[in-house]
Amino acid sequence: MAEALRNMQGESDKAAQSMTHETPFEEFWKLFKRDRLAMVGLGVLVLLLFMAVAGKALTEWWVVFDPAAVNLVDKFKSPFSQASALVPADVRPLAGIYLLGTDELGRDVFARMLQGSFVSLSIGFVAVGISVFIGILLGGLAGYYGNLRLGIMTVDTLIMRFTDVMLSFPTFFLILTAVALLPPSIYNIMIIIGITSWMGTTRFVRAEFLALREQDFVVAARAMGLPERRIIFLHMVPNAIAPVLVSATIGVASAILTESALSFLGFGVQPPFATWGNILSDGKGFIFDAPWLFFIPGIAILVVVLAFNLVGEGMREALNPKLRRR
Amino acid sequence: MWPYILRNLLQRLVLLFIVSVIAHGVVHLAPGEPTEVDPSNPRMKPEDIVKIRKAFHLDEPLHLQYAYWMRDLFSGELKSFKDSQPVLPKIWDRFLNSLPLFILATIIIWTLSFPTGIHAAVRRGSVYDRSTTFIAYTLISVPGFFLSYLAILWVVSVLGVPVIGMRTFGMEDALPLFRGMDRLWHLVVPSLMTALGGIAVLSRYVRSQMLEVIGQDYVRTARAKGLPEDQVIYRHALRNALLPFVTMFGFLLPGLIGGSVIFEQIFAWPGLGRLGYDAILSRDFPVILTINFIAAALTLAGTFMSDLLYAAVDPRIRLH
Repeated sequence: MAEALRNMQGESDKAAQSMTHETPFEEFWKLFKRDRLAMVGLGVLVLLLFMAVAGKALTEWWVVFDPAAVNLVDKFKSPFSQASALVPADVRPLAGIYLLGTDELGRDVFARMLQGSFVSLSIGFVAVGISVFIGILLGGLAGYYGNLRLGIMTVDTLIMRFTDVMLSFPTFFLILTAVALLPPSIYNIMIIIGITSWMGTTRFVRAEFLALREQDFVVAARAMGLPERRIIFLHMVPNAIAPVLVSATIGVASAILTESALSFLGFGVQPPFATWGNILSDGKGFIFDAPWLFFIPGIAILVVVLAFNLVGEGMREALNPKLRRR
Repeated sequence: MWPYILRNLLQRLVLLFIVSVIAHGVVHLAPGEPTEVDPSNPRMKPEDIVKIRKAFHLDEPLHLQYAYWMRDLFSGELKSFKDSQPVLPKIWDRFLNSLPLFILATIIIWTLSFPTGIHAAVRRGSVYDRSTTFIAYTLISVPGFFLSYLAILWVVSVLGVPVIGMRTFGMEDALPLFRGMDRLWHLVVPSLMTALGGIAVLSRYVRSQMLEVIGQDYVRTARAKGLPEDQVIYRHALRNALLPFVTMFGFLLPGLIGGSVIFEQIFAWPGLGRLGYDAILSRDFPVILTINFIAAALTLAGTFMSDLLYAAVDPRIRLH
């Protein structure tokens, strides 16, 4: 009896412990798992990441699928069709079958999509990386050193007015102008998308920093005489990062869409790089003769962007303190 | 109130000035000049290029070029590099073309988003809510031109409605009634396609705003008083949920230019977005800069209006 009681006691202690010692991440994960759409999205993203890495490996380092091989005998082959016998052995697709068909130059669409998945994803990640970096830097400066005076205005006023200036630009038109005037290069596109989309992050981070600056743990850290660099990067940034991650996830989605829109207008990533955006915009001319050239990249973009958006929204919901308390 | 308005206006003018300086810098410092649009033209000699650069003030320092641009813009003398037409009338014509598209799209967005969003919020977690959520995300995630191409294919083959341009070629002599109907048919598909993304975003926003308000204490009180559910939702909850949307009217204005490039390109609609696109292609700096300037001015005017509107509708806010 006493044994059983002690056991029960132990159980309830353990339960109490797990209630109180749940890390923020575990709590987040529990809420996130409930959202089935977001979980499906996460699955798609994991698959995509794998595909992108495999795509990079298989099309560049160990060429199984050659996205640049032109086989004019095999142009406009529909998906799952056999390669012609005239195609030389070194550029034949795996098992002699074009999984997703070929385009107007007889290039293997599957190989191009594989290569494109890496390029499209890296455009999304690099652009968002740049915008998050600028956003945290400026938002952190405005939030932490906001009261510092520089001549006639405070740091906060300076940075936030600059953010207002950037918000007044018609973003897509600005991106279009810059991309069109600069020499065509995939890096320019990444950088331009990045430096025109940091404003939201700056505002989040500034608001979080303003709130965090007054909190006890920051005051305590300051009282302990920690260097400011340490307070900012080890104590404050991790606490302000949640809304940034949400907007970054959704930002990757919109960067991929922006790239495809630029490709449609003819200012996208130039050959020899294949991205899903330029496969789609090249495919639009063959919508009747070779519909797979249009539908495969279109649906691929839709699924991936949708997955990013769903995961982003799922994260936003799971991080929402109002839902947490319930 | 008045000091606030004046100060705010002044601040916005300063912002507009900085925006125009940055835009001017970006356009002029980027490599690629109007003289280089057609480098393979054998009749273009170095002395011609010098002449062109001189005529367009491209050989002057940047701040002088900026001054020339501003002077010409405000005296109405600004001429396009491409065809020497005055820029402002050119933009005004295209603006008038874009306007019906913009107005119809806005009407579609606002009339469809509200019922969808409210209904989804009231029946949170129902099949309706989950399916509209999913559809909204799909519409946000699909590349605009992909969906538009599918719509064009479908509309042309099933309904036989014209979808390209603003009017059918050769209908200039038809009766005004038929011409009007022709214009309307041409308007339907482009404005619907432009609106889809907006419907998705706005209906999500309406939903979350309604959910927020429905959870408030005064809504519970209204229910506890025994009011009928309809009255609770539409009288007590909706009126409070509407507040932020009043301000969104202000944010609509810039959509006139920025969002329309792709759709005007797809539907061959001779509007502002396409004018900007063509200007970018031909390095027509005055047109690019002026469109950008007007867009920034509209954005600033929009946020200014939304601030004022907010103060006008919400008695809790005092401007000072």
